[in-house]
Amino acid sequence: MTQIFAYIPFKNGAAEDVALEFPAAAKKIDKGASLTAVVAGSGADLDKVAQEMTSIYSEVIKIDNALFSYPNAEVVRKALVNIIPLDAVFLFAHDTFGMDLAPGLSVKMDSAYAADIVDFEGIDGTTLKAVRQELGGAVSTHMAIDISSGAVMTVRPGAFAPVEGSSEGGTIVDKSGDAGDLSAKRKFLEIVEAEVGDVDITKSDVLVSVGRGIEDEENIEIAQELAEAMNAVVSCSRPIVDAKWLEKSRQVGTSGQTVKPKVYMAMGISGSFQHLGGLKGNPFIVAVNKNPKAPIFQVADVGIVEDILDFMPELTEAINDL
Amino acid sequence: MEILVCVKRVPDTAENEFELNSAGNDLDRDDLVYSVNEWDNYAVEEAIQIIDKVGGNVTVITVGDDESEEVLRREMAMGANDGILLCDDAFDGSDGKGIASILKAEIEKGSYDLVMTGAQADEGAGQIGGMVAAMLGMPYASLVNKIEIGDDKIIVGREIEGGNQEMNEMQLPCVISIQTGINEPRYVGIRGIRKVAKVDIPVKGAGDLGVDPESIGEAGAKTKRVDYFVPDMGEGAEMLEGSTDEIIEKLIERLKAKGGL
Repeated sequence: MTQIFAYIPFKNGAAEDVALEFPAAAKKIDKGASLTAVVAGSGADLDKVAQEMTSIYSEVIKIDNALFSYPNAEVVRKALVNIIPLDAVFLFAHDTFGMDLAPGLSVKMDSAYAADIVDFEGIDGTTLKAVRQELGGAVSTHMAIDISSGAVMTVRPGAFAPVEGSSEGGTIVDKSGDAGDLSAKRKFLEIVEAEVGDVDITKSDVLVSVGRGIEDEENIEIAQELAEAMNAVVSCSRPIVDAKWLEKSRQVGTSGQTVKPKVYMAMGISGSFQHLGGLKGNPFIVAVNKNPKAPIFQVADVGIVEDILDFMPELTEAINDL
Repeated sequence: MEILVCVKRVPDTAENEFELNSAGNDLDRDDLVYSVNEWDNYAVEEAIQIIDKVGGNVTVITVGDDESEEVLRREMAMGANDGILLCDDAFDGSDGKGIASILKAEIEKGSYDLVMTGAQADEGAGQIGGMVAAMLGMPYASLVNKIEIGDDKIIVGREIEGGNQEMNEMQLPCVISIQTGINEPRYVGIRGIRKVAKVDIPVKGAGDLGVDPESIGEAGAKTKRVDYFVPDMGEGAEMLEGSTDEIIEKLIERLKAKGGL
C-alpha cells in the first residue's frame, strides 16, 4: 500500500486551502493509499491546526518545536528526514515554502522529485503518472515518476478539488521527540511587510490589468485612459513591476495582491498560474492578447485576439462616446 | 568573493508560439527562438553588482550542448569573468537531480563562496538550486530578491506570498535562487558579445567531472517526461470576432451586463 504524507502549510493558526486539496491528489495517486497530514510548528497555533486536520485526515503527525515558530525550510527539512519514512510519497504545496524545502528534501530522502503537479493519473507498478506544465503554461506534459524509493512532490495550489464537509475523526501522533539535531546554517530574521502603494487595487470593482503586451512604459498611459473611461483602476502582472513601470502594490498574483473584482480586463497578460492565483471571487474576465494561444484564453470569459496597443484606445473612445 | 551562476538556454516564451510536432509527442523545435532563461539574467546581474562592490570573480556555468555556449558568452558580455560548459552525450535525458549532480561535481572542484541559480527556468520546477545545496551540504534560500553581503555570511530577502519579504541570515558558502525584479539586468549589445567571442570556454564531460554514470542521464532519471500535449480545457473563452468596431460593440454589451460599465 502506498503511504502518502502531506505537509500542511499554515499561517496564524489556520491551514492554507491546499490542506483540503491534498486528499483529492492522494486519491488520484492511489485510491487505496494511506494519507497522513504532517504539521510542524509550535504552541497553540500548531495545536489548533493539528486538531483542525483530524477532521480531514485519519492520521496527523504533529512536530512541535520552538524553532518552528516560523518555518525555516532548512530546519524543518532536518526534522522531516528523521520522522517520515524515506520511501514514502510526500506531498507539498508548490508555494514559496514548498519550493524552498522540497527539492533539497528529495536529495536527503534519496527520492524522486517532481514539482508543480496539476494532476495525477495513477500508479502502474512503481511508476506514477503525473501532469505538469512547462513554458509558463503554454504546454502540458505527462511525467513518469519512479516511486520505488519514494517521491517528494509539490502540487499546484488550486489544482485539485477541495474536500467538502469531511469529518474523518483522525488521531494526532506527536513526533516532536524524534526531530533530532536541528542546527542550521540558515537563520530566519524577520518578515518585512509589503509596502502600501498609492492606490489600493483590492478595493476596485473593475481592474484594467496590463502585462508584457504593453511593451513600453510610455504605453501605461493608454491603459490609464481606458481605466478612467471605465471608472476602474490599473493593475498589472509581474513583468511590469520587474521593469519598474508600476509599483509593486499594483501587482496581481500570488507574490502580489489578491483581488476580487467584478470585472477583470486582462490586457496583454499571458495568464501564468502565479498571476491567476491572485484573482479570486470568480470575476468576469476579458482577455485581449495578440497571441491566440495565450493560456489566459482558457480561463477568460471573453477573448479577443488583437494588439492591446491598437485595441485599448479604440475601446476607450467607444466607451467615452456612450 | 567567488560567485558561480548556473544558467540555461531555453525557448523564449515571449518570442515563440509553441506547437506540437506532427507525432504529437514533442514541441515542434524547428523554428524556436532560444535565449537565456530570464531569471538567470537577474542572477548574473546581481553577481556582477556584488563583485563590483566587494571584489572577486563571477563564473557562469551551464549544462547543455554546443549551442549553449552562446548563452555563456552573452552572460560574459554582461560582465561575468569566466564560463564553463558541461557537455556530454551521457548527460542527455537527465532529470533535475541528474543536472544537479553534474553541477555539484564541478562546483566541488572550485572554491565558490556563493552559488546562484535563477528561481526557475523553462520547465518551471525551480529545483536545481535546492538540490545542489543539499548535495553539497550548503544552506539554501529560494526566490531571493535582496542580498546584503557580510564577511562570512550574507543576509537575503526571500519574496514570499503577498509581496512580503522573509529575511534570513545565511552562512557562506551557500546557494541561492534569484527572483526577477531584484535588479535591472544590463543591456548587452552586439559589440559586447563580439568582445568575448574569442574567450576560451572550457568544455567538460562526464569523465572530467568524475560523475557516477548511474546517477545521470536517462539511466539515472527517476522522473521522465513522457510527452507534451495541449490540454483540453473545456470551452475556454467566448472569442469575439469580426471587425474591431463589431468586437467593441459586443464587448461593451457584455461589460454593461456584468457591471463593468
